[in-house]
Amino acid sequence: MTKKKKSRILVFILSLLCYLGLTSFTDIQELIAGIIVSLIVSLIAGRFLLQNDKFVKHFLRIFKAIKYLFLFLWEMAKANIHVAYLVLHPDLPIKPGIVKIKSNLKNDSSITALANSITLTPGTLTIDVNDENHDLYIHCIDVKSENVLINTNTIGGKFEKLLAEVFE
Amino acid sequence: MIDKIGMFFICTGILFDFFGVLGLVRLPDVYNRLQAATKCVTFGSAGILFGVFLIQGFNSFGFKAILGIAFLFLTSPVSAHAIARSAHKSGVPMADVTVVDQYKDDLELKGD
Repeated sequence: MTKKKKSRILVFILSLLCYLGLTSFTDIQELIAGIIVSLIVSLIAGRFLLQNDKFVKHFLRIFKAIKYLFLFLWEMAKANIHVAYLVLHPDLPIKPGIVKIKSNLKNDSSITALANSITLTPGTLTIDVNDENHDLYIHCIDVKSENVLINTNTIGGKFEKLLAEVFE
Repeated sequence: MIDKIGMFFICTGILFDFFGVLGLVRLPDVYNRLQAATKCVTFGSAGILFGVFLIQGFNSFGFKAILGIAFLFLTSPVSAHAIARSAHKSGVPMADVTVVDQYKDDLELKGD
């Protein structure tokens, strides 16, 4: 089976599941309409989902992705309490600034995931990514240090190891 | 029981949305305000949607709530990133309390 076919079948199944979830499936007419719509979608846009064969081969990575999701949610909860504390404090004890961190991740999707995770965690916001050497520029609401290596460990270090396992 | 847990999530979500709005008003410049807007509001809205999912269960409402959380988590950091980058490129000044700006330093290094 070719890559495009696999991709089309996966898109068909996913869009059918989405359709059934959204319409709260009650009778056979909805099922038929869903199958027709999903077929059209998978014929038009189906070939874009899978870009390489490795994705199917390493499907077990989904467990690592779930582990990552839990780590991420925990970090995000902590982030929110921290930012809420800063906002509620009468003196606004903030020390904002833009710092640079290094990243070892190579492919585009993992860097996107890292940048998005950083944006959603403790007082940090990704501003730009350097395409050549994969440096990330982070706006921190509470800068702890100006050293690149220390910041790499404290801001990106938590996620980077797990993300490397999930995506690469 | 599950209704009460759902209500708890909705209340927490509203609380965090409130913190986010408060931050939007109190913090000094664009970048700091984006911090409050991306984090507190994303987490708060996700909490509300998750509470709705718990109360409704796996029917069409609950499924839409879960889809809403997924798209919120995917789109909110991207839009914050785009706004922050364009603000920096068009020269919006940072607040006086700012301690370091390594992005500007690197851009100047590249320009020379």
